[in-house]
Amino acid sequence: MSATGSPALAPAPARSGISATLAHAVAVVSGNPVTGFAFALLLGLVACAILGPSLVPYDPLASDTSVALQAPTLAHPFGTDQLGRDILSRVVVAARLDLTIAVASVALVFVAGGLAGIMAGFFGGWTDRIVGRLADTIMAFPLFVLAMGIVAALGNTVTNIVLATAIINFPLYARLARAEAAQRRNAGFVMAARLTGNTDLRIVLTSILPNILPIMMVQMSLTMGYAILNAAGLSFIGLGVRPPTPEWGIMVAEGASFIVSGEWWIALFPGLALMLAVFCFNLIGDGLRDIVDPQRRT
Amino acid sequence: MTAIPLLDIRDLTVEFATRRGTVQAVRQVDVSVARGETVGIVGESGSGKSVTSYAVMRILDRAGRIAGGEVSFSGIDLRAAGERQMRDLRGREISMIFQNPRAALNPIRKVGHQIEDVLRQHAEAGSGDAKEKAIAALEQVKIARPEERYHAYPFELSGGMCQRVVIALALACRPQLLIADEPTTGLDVTTQKAVMDLVTALTAERGMSTVLITHDLGLAAAYCDRIVVMEQGRVVETAPATTIFRAPSHAYTRKLMQATPRPGVTLRDLLPAGAPAAPAARAEAAGAPLLTVSGLTKEYPRAKAGLLKRKAAAAEAPFRAVDALSFSVNRGESVGLVGESGCGKSTTSTMVMRLLDPSAGSIVFSGEDISRVPAARFARHALRPKIQMVFQDPTESLNPRWTAARAIADPLLRFRTVKGGDAIRARCEELARLVGLPVELLDRFPHQLSGGQKARVGIARAIAPSPDLVILDEPTAALDVSVQAVVLNLLADLKQALGMSYLFVSHDLQVVRMLCDRVIVMRAGRIVEEGPTEAVLEAPQAEYTRALLAAIPHPPV
Amino acid sequence: MLRTLLDRFATTLPALAGVVVVSFLLTRVLPGDTAAYFAGPAATPQAIAQIRTELGLDRSLPEQFARYVADLARGDLGRSLTTGQPVTTDLGSRLPASAELTLFGLVLSLLVAVPLGVAAALRQGSLVDHACRVVATAGVSLPVFFTGLLLVYVFYFVLGWSPAPLGRLDAFASPPPTRTGFFLLDSLMAGDIETFRAALAQIALPGLTLAIFALAPIARITRAAMLAVLAADFVRTARAAGLSSRRVVVTYALRNAMLPVVTTLGMVFSFLLGANVLVEKVFAWPGVGSYAVEALIASDFAPVQGFVLAMALLYTVLNLLIDLAYGLIDPRVRAAA
Repeated sequence: MSATGSPALAPAPARSGISATLAHAVAVVSGNPVTGFAFALLLGLVACAILGPSLVPYDPLASDTSVALQAPTLAHPFGTDQLGRDILSRVVVAARLDLTIAVASVALVFVAGGLAGIMAGFFGGWTDRIVGRLADTIMAFPLFVLAMGIVAALGNTVTNIVLATAIINFPLYARLARAEAAQRRNAGFVMAARLTGNTDLRIVLTSILPNILPIMMVQMSLTMGYAILNAAGLSFIGLGVRPPTPEWGIMVAEGASFIVSGEWWIALFPGLALMLAVFCFNLIGDGLRDIVDPQRRT
Repeated sequence: MTAIPLLDIRDLTVEFATRRGTVQAVRQVDVSVARGETVGIVGESGSGKSVTSYAVMRILDRAGRIAGGEVSFSGIDLRAAGERQMRDLRGREISMIFQNPRAALNPIRKVGHQIEDVLRQHAEAGSGDAKEKAIAALEQVKIARPEERYHAYPFELSGGMCQRVVIALALACRPQLLIADEPTTGLDVTTQKAVMDLVTALTAERGMSTVLITHDLGLAAAYCDRIVVMEQGRVVETAPATTIFRAPSHAYTRKLMQATPRPGVTLRDLLPAGAPAAPAARAEAAGAPLLTVSGLTKEYPRAKAGLLKRKAAAAEAPFRAVDALSFSVNRGESVGLVGESGCGKSTTSTMVMRLLDPSAGSIVFSGEDISRVPAARFARHALRPKIQMVFQDPTESLNPRWTAARAIADPLLRFRTVKGGDAIRARCEELARLVGLPVELLDRFPHQLSGGQKARVGIARAIAPSPDLVILDEPTAALDVSVQAVVLNLLADLKQALGMSYLFVSHDLQVVRMLCDRVIVMRAGRIVEEGPTEAVLEAPQAEYTRALLAAIPHPPV
Repeated sequence: MLRTLLDRFATTLPALAGVVVVSFLLTRVLPGDTAAYFAGPAATPQAIAQIRTELGLDRSLPEQFARYVADLARGDLGRSLTTGQPVTTDLGSRLPASAELTLFGLVLSLLVAVPLGVAAALRQGSLVDHACRVVATAGVSLPVFFTGLLLVYVFYFVLGWSPAPLGRLDAFASPPPTRTGFFLLDSLMAGDIETFRAALAQIALPGLTLAIFALAPIARITRAAMLAVLAADFVRTARAAGLSSRRVVVTYALRNAMLPVVTTLGMVFSFLLGANVLVEKVFAWPGVGSYAVEALIASDFAPVQGFVLAMALLYTVLNLLIDLAYGLIDPRVRAAA
């Protein structure tokens, strides 16, 4: 793949690093069908999240007991639940809430954890100690259990789910950014930047940040899946989102009691949607890693 | 040479499957090694010299395969031999020692047990006498207190000591052939001599044959009977060591030989004939002092381990990396700072560079004591542009996200010596021409440049703000010898043309001799000897300087 | 050795202190009236006032913290409104069920994941390698509660191989005499094969669910660590010395590759202790996780916070054990301590 990516770089070296990266990205995606598939899947998910309510055949909240607990039919391709609500409509509409929670929490921790980590790695000293202690304290808890405790304490709302998910991911981001920044802190090009009169802030912005960003992006994609799972897990045990709001985790929970009597479709379809979304972000993360990996970018 | 050679490589071709298709790393190579003979295989990085030896041992990694030719050892066809047969040959008949000895040993297994593993594999020892024989093997490589070292882990031993263990491991089963792959690269010069002398003594005593693979023509010439020179996967010349320096027949050998620093030659001699005429004779160092360092000291607290030991650690004296160092550099002068690893030369240069605060002492530069300005604030100081540096690793010293032009322009932008996009571009091009970097390469990223080109970018960046003092931190250590010759000449020319002073930090006395007016020899944070380069090298006063000089391999001239 | 142990223990003290502070904060940041929360939704104003004094909420924060720590030292985590028992007692009686399930799942996944990762690294690009990659990517994408439900549907409803997903033993069997609290071990020790079989049938599906969940990270890290070690210089030395491939793979490569695997176990435990909560809910497993979930639903907060703290303490101890195990393999760590 890099064989097709690099010749584009070699004869006419691009002036901007961004277009070169983009060209490389296109080469990787077109050369790797799995990553291409993942991106197509992502587009589908995003479409559901944005257009969901106008796409679906039924009102996701409208119950109709005359069609309760129906197995998948042409009218209801994913079947109906105990209140006769259309599961397809509910699954599609739920994409918006699930993705919003994941994106919001990951964006939050990306900024907070990334900044804290870079500062800790670059400046060392007490900044490093404070950030390190904070990360260690969070890591001392089993992460999902801590998220449970936080949501239970702060109150059972979607905002708190976002916050809890961001907090438990903080050590991951802070440690990664710290390690990457610390590794470059005494690199030749950072020393050279000091010699040419750059201030610390400028060095962070021009020499550290651009070189760390790609790795952080990979991390972001990989934790996006984890964030979705975490939020769904919390709502599965009754935290955060409440019925009748359509959300994948809670829909699986609603279907759980029907599994033993054979009504598999209530839990299956939201569960599959959940799995597919997480799978998609993990594949993209792996694909991004290939783009970023310097060994494949000769 | 009528006898059948012990090892005979004919027409050997090795291919590697890569993402860009098949690459031939070794092409139709012929090498033969007679019994008791020492053959050197010399070449620069990528010449295929190591791959040849891996092919002989049949330990090529997954992507590589022998595509053609024959390898026979003692009449056995190694290409056709089964894996079981090869395993019996490896370690018992043919052994190998490697570069980076510490990594070559299993980090979590006692060195004694690692030697035992080999002894038992080849049924040279049973469970009863394995320990005894392993200790004997350690004793043979002149390791003091072998009974104790038997229980040591690699991380508890020095680099030189680890290499002795690797040698003990390789020779434990008394093989007939030893292949030494860059056995001393990365080791200090005195350690290198000790290791090489040991290998020579042991192999001679046992009548073994040796293949020495190295990038250092001087080392090969000093220790080998015959030398094979490789370039880009091919053998270009094979000749006795005594004649190769006197009458190299191939153009590449001539170039390589010429580029190797050796006694009695000038920088210009390193370049191929027909290079631009030599610059005027070296200007006498007559300028006023530019840099005066006095009583410079750097202390580090000793590493403390565990909460319970903290008290004990605090009582210990701090470690002195640099101990009350005093020296000066005059205007237009170049001074060499020489010593082996851990002697404090890099710490010293980093403090002079004002990237690290000293524990004590003063650094007077251009009449001002700059040690009073904290390193953290020196970036804004008026003297910042006047002290610049060329770094050891040209790759690591360039921001991977910046083009060559952006890297060179950085000091111009920060110090505002040149204003306006066009003027900066013009100055970058001027600097590129000055350091011999083709202007069309200015828009490339570091990963699109060769090692030599990256070194030139680093030099251009250092001279961009017109510094008075440039610190050269082993600027050629990561480069091939032919590139080193060019870069050293470039540095000498630039100094001549721009009237700068150099503080040249190096472990290589031969290189220092050619580039520097004065030399300072350091050991354990202190100055051992100091004086005009010729005087120190011709008639060293200190015992340590003499040992350093004696350790440099001398090719038979 | 005792010295090492003490040193290691000392390094966990800051983490423990952090855990206590955070769990204290979690009990105090409840929005609205904390006392009302702790008293539960049906409490009278008098009951709330009484709880306020009981919890010391009318005092200053440092005073409250001192009281909290003193209570902790006595093992007092408050009282559950639902069961009426002290939280410590409740957790203590339910912990063996959770521990048995978690360890069962972990051992199961180690037995599959480590050989799979090693095989994938040894035969890079082979069928095993591809299988390993699929397991690693798919495994991390499966929501653990969803896997559990799928297994229940297939093995209980469709195939009928498995008993109803309702706890550790079916209603007609009696638990074995308590020694370890682990039904599998206790029944074996009592020589009661019948009970052992019944307990195994019950734990199989939830254990498998946890194992599938833990499989991915362990297989992935084993493969990566093994690949890195196989490319290391010392493996080349061992091969060049003619050591047999078994010796090279086991003594030289695998032991070194186990170091990152052991480190990863810490993360795996973190995941497992969380996933345990979800699996216990799916399989009505009478462990600490379902205890916490029931309390959550009843807005009974003392058990939830006791659970969070207990899990954090347990996790800290597990990490300490992992550190010690690492030290046993790696002499460099022993020397540094």
